[in-house]
Amino acid sequence: MHTRELIIKAGRTESQYWKDLWKYRELFYFLAWRDILVRYKQTIIGMAWALLRPFLTMIVFSIVFGQLAKLPSEGSTPYPILVYAAMLPWQFFSGALTECSNSLISNANLLSKVYFPRLIIPTSAVIVSFVDFMISGIILLGLMAWYNFVPDWRILTLPLFIAIAFAASMGAGLWLAALTVEYRDFRYVVPFIVQFGLYISPVGFSSKIVPEQWRLLYSLNPMVGVIDGFRWAILGSESQIYVPGFALSLALVAVLLWSGILYFRKVERTFADVI
Amino acid sequence: MSNSIIQVENLSKKYVLAHQKEGNVRYKTLREAMTNTTTSLVGVLTPLTKKETHQTREEFWALKEVSFEIKQGEAVGIIGHNGAGKSTLLKLLSRITEPTTGSIAVRGRVASLLEVGTGFHPELTGRENIYLNGSILGMSRTEIKQKFDEIVAFAEVEKFLDTPVKRYSSGMYVRLAFSVAAHLEPEILIVDEVLAVGDSTFQKKCLGKMGDVATKEGRTVLFVSHSMQAIAQLTKRCVLLSKGGVQFDGCTDKAMQLYIAGQKSADEQPAYYQAPSNKTGNYVAWVRAHTSEEQGVHCWGKSITFEFALNVTNPHQSLCFSFQVVDELQQPICIFWFFDSQAPFRKEAGTFILRCEIPKLRLYMGSYTLTTWLSERSSNTLLENLTNICPFEVTMHGTKREEYEWQSNECTYLEDAVWKTTSYENI
Repeated sequence: MHTRELIIKAGRTESQYWKDLWKYRELFYFLAWRDILVRYKQTIIGMAWALLRPFLTMIVFSIVFGQLAKLPSEGSTPYPILVYAAMLPWQFFSGALTECSNSLISNANLLSKVYFPRLIIPTSAVIVSFVDFMISGIILLGLMAWYNFVPDWRILTLPLFIAIAFAASMGAGLWLAALTVEYRDFRYVVPFIVQFGLYISPVGFSSKIVPEQWRLLYSLNPMVGVIDGFRWAILGSESQIYVPGFALSLALVAVLLWSGILYFRKVERTFADVI
Repeated sequence: MSNSIIQVENLSKKYVLAHQKEGNVRYKTLREAMTNTTTSLVGVLTPLTKKETHQTREEFWALKEVSFEIKQGEAVGIIGHNGAGKSTLLKLLSRITEPTTGSIAVRGRVASLLEVGTGFHPELTGRENIYLNGSILGMSRTEIKQKFDEIVAFAEVEKFLDTPVKRYSSGMYVRLAFSVAAHLEPEILIVDEVLAVGDSTFQKKCLGKMGDVATKEGRTVLFVSHSMQAIAQLTKRCVLLSKGGVQFDGCTDKAMQLYIAGQKSADEQPAYYQAPSNKTGNYVAWVRAHTSEEQGVHCWGKSITFEFALNVTNPHQSLCFSFQVVDELQQPICIFWFFDSQAPFRKEAGTFILRCEIPKLRLYMGSYTLTTWLSERSSNTLLENLTNICPFEVTMHGTKREEYEWQSNECTYLEDAVWKTTSYENI
């Protein structure tokens, strides 16, 4: 019989961890599948909610920022498309952040009764938001058809920016998830971050309207880089990217993800005792 | 060494119970964390005042220096009183928490079943929950697919597969949950007190399934239970935990005896019970079993006398007294009662001695205790119910059996019997 020997000792889970993560890979799928199934049980319009919410927000934003405030679009891009290109990554980020930070608490019974790499839980929460993101992507296609807007080759780079958005949500999500286990304060902090973030990120307007000298500082918000990237890819030649700012955002996302994983791994072993 | 599948060495787990602590211990809220950091900073700056603020730190060792070894294919019971560290041990073995010191070496896939229905989601249907629960417990999707029909058949819920489990009866729910878990195929199965589910038929089925896992399939099973019957049925070896340490590790019979002995207070005399001095009203003042030998040992077949002193301050017309002899597994074996309308304690207060003589005690060898019941029949009130008192031991000493030694647990009692043999032709 071929069996590996496993040593359980204080502070010695590292070597096994990544292998276990692979072994439990189906659990990513199952947990995400559960959350998606449960989300729209006993609703009448079901999955349509994933379409309706961003669509209505987009209309409100287009009217408020485009029509009333008369903020400039990027080139000749229709304002709704400008808004929606940013709404997609923002809704993904904010959804993932909310789900992720609550994920450990709401799965507390699992944490204290079964072993599996804890990283699976917040990751599944991000995957759930990602599915919503894909669904609401349909609206973008609809908008493009409506306005007869044809994207150029840059649309092919979109997966790269999706990956960055994923990394940003993951990084921030892991931090908040791990912190929420110990400090329940973060349950109140997260909705605030999400609400606040919507206004300091260039969702309803183009980041071009931020004065040149402040752009680098503005890019300290990692979502600025992500949203600019999305617009650059979707809107085509109409949109310019501010390279130093984008690089800064990218670096921040990398640091956020890396430190998030490290911190999560560090406190993970005490989750079952603390939760 | 070579075929040991689990090896536990000096395993300890510490919990910190303190309300106000120093160092990187847990805080309930961020505010506490911040104020504590400030106070400890202040403490560092003014070392003289430091001591008083951090005095309430309290350490609790849920497990201390536990070592044992389990061999491939063994079924081992883990018993102990509440708070002995059983659950902590299982949590460490199944990697839910980390040990503070010591190590565990495990050779094989471990599946732990610490709770029935972990991860069941009430909104999902039975079918969906089987997949979800299976994957949480470590089964792969193909494995679950293969076992699916078996799981459903075992749980007897075929009809309700597509009903959300929130609409299940609680019996159906636990049956389904147990069934998923029972079809895991790990090399090592860790089971916490989860067999007490469903009705008695289903419980039997569960026990049978667990027995199969251990004996027929040759897996290693670690089994925690308070039910001595289940332990006796499933295991040959037990680890008895007490206050975080291993009190005994060896054959199940002996471990169970020690476990039950541990339930009695340490300073208790054999075959004797004395009521605590703060008792009032009608109560049993003391009980004595006059066994044939000293130290509460009784030889099978000899006469035994039980003496009960009743302290009666409120005499009542329907005062009754009865007692049971209870075996090690807490099963009552026989009952005796005293319902006499002319009994003196029905009319006057005082201390009365009741004597019950059994001319020939046929109980088989083993340890026994008494349970007493003092009640008032007319108003149906139970005045006093004492359990596990007055322990005594029955031995087969002095009763010979040719060719065979007496074995424990052969039977509950021995009946007198007359055998006759006649040759067939003579009838």
